[in-house]
Amino acid sequence: MLRPMSKIHIPTPLRQYVDKQSTVEVKCSTVGEAMSALVAKHPDLRRHLYTEEGKLRAFVNLYVNDEDIRYLQKEATAVKEGDNISIVPSIAGGAENALSPCHPERSEGSWFLLVVPD
Amino acid sequence: MFLAALGMTVISDSQRPDIRFADPTILEISTEDFMAAITEIPVTLSKDEILRYSRHLIMPEVGMEGQRKLKAARVLCIGTGGLGSPLALYLAAAGVGTLGLVDFDVVDYTNLQRQIIHSTADVGRKKLDSAADKLTAINPFLNLQKFDLRLSSENALELFRDFDIIADGTDNFPTRYLVNDACVLTGKPNVYGSIFRFEGQASVFATKDGPCYRCLYPEPPPPGLVPSCAEGGVLGILPGLVGVMQATEVIKLILGAGEPLIGRLLLIDALGMKFRELKLRKNPDCPVCGTHPTVTKLIDYNEFCGIRGEEKPVGAGLPEIQVEELKRRLDAKEDLFVLDVREPHEYQICNIGGHLIPLNDLPNRIHELDSSREIVVHCKMGGRSAKAVAFLQQSGFAKVHNLAGGITAWSERVDPNVPKY
Repeated sequence: MLRPMSKIHIPTPLRQYVDKQSTVEVKCSTVGEAMSALVAKHPDLRRHLYTEEGKLRAFVNLYVNDEDIRYLQKEATAVKEGDNISIVPSIAGGAENALSPCHPERSEGSWFLLVVPD
Repeated sequence: MFLAALGMTVISDSQRPDIRFADPTILEISTEDFMAAITEIPVTLSKDEILRYSRHLIMPEVGMEGQRKLKAARVLCIGTGGLGSPLALYLAAAGVGTLGLVDFDVVDYTNLQRQIIHSTADVGRKKLDSAADKLTAINPFLNLQKFDLRLSSENALELFRDFDIIADGTDNFPTRYLVNDACVLTGKPNVYGSIFRFEGQASVFATKDGPCYRCLYPEPPPPGLVPSCAEGGVLGILPGLVGVMQATEVIKLILGAGEPLIGRLLLIDALGMKFRELKLRKNPDCPVCGTHPTVTKLIDYNEFCGIRGEEKPVGAGLPEIQVEELKRRLDAKEDLFVLDVREPHEYQICNIGGHLIPLNDLPNRIHELDSSREIVVHCKMGGRSAKAVAFLQQSGFAKVHNLAGGITAWSERVDPNVPKY
């Protein structure tokens, strides 16, 4: 079966795991397939997007074009040729050290990463 | 009223109607409600103000009516840092009548790269005082209210009640959720901006019919995932870009003009200079703004975000070495292996000759280390290296120490020629 080609937009914090690319093109018919293809190509990305049980992490939002897949068919959402898939992480930067106790080295902007392998 | 329109009278605070709780039985007030209320306020402009705002007044979209709405409006800026700087400066210049600032921080030298409300001479001063000087210098008509406090679940609701719009310029997940929930509970729009390195996000949350931050991100990154210190940093102009967008949204909400970013998340990619827009929906199951909310009062947001108290720092219980001790032992030519777990670009800023393996690479490069040797691990301040020590211990390394205070302590106490960053 010929699968359509989609573009996945990678947010800055995750680009280090995809050879610094801002977008990755994958062949897929659903969002789930796209993500599987992405982590197959870039295995270091897996632990940042999926739990150990293989579920997409709750704080990772996925969009097809401008629609949140939670309001479509979730990971079964179909993608067409040329669709844009976006990974939209929560980011919290704004006013360094401003308002709550933080890790002393956690400077402006935070992104949460696993540092110990699975 | 005719005299008032000519700007002949000035209204005092006691005369100003409460535009938030025109009907005290309404807990949730939409932007439309309070904008309508602002319209009716008999705020007037003096001759000086008319001249000052003339470029607004000659635009039909603002005009006298709009400028009076701006003067009647009360906006609370949470934080006077990267986002809060341009935000507060533009709101003050534009004629927003009452501006509240919340901050407890002091101006640091490293803030100046982006926090343009503060200047070099302000280093060491309270950000509130520094910001107040600039804002009142720009606009002496401004009613500025300073809140020298840390926003918390105890004070947020009371604080928010006296304002019409909340602009969130904070820097961490617990405060983001706190601001959001307090906005929903008090019925105040949350003008949101967030930045990370080269990326920004902006939206308007918590309006009556629009989504809130929790509709977008129901959960923060869970505990067990740790913040990566190395991932910090931000392009200095980016908070300027995003903070000005927040200011624009605040002013549009006050004027009731244009299309606010309600139900839309604007993504800003400064490197590609690309702007994308995503649709946001109000989640009927949202725990705070949904149809059957479970969050009906403010909670412990540090706990919600899985952040444990400061009483248990990352390095607690790990073997530590002080910088003076390391210096003495290196000078004595003892067999010590110094491991630097910072990023390569940090190594370029300064180093003490350690073997560089960034923390995130450590699992894949552990074979470069000899577990029979004594290893001292350092980073910038001791946080990342503590994680590295814990990881190495789990991996069977018995003789690892964390350099307390990192290369910063080395710079402060051993070699001042090593620059601090």
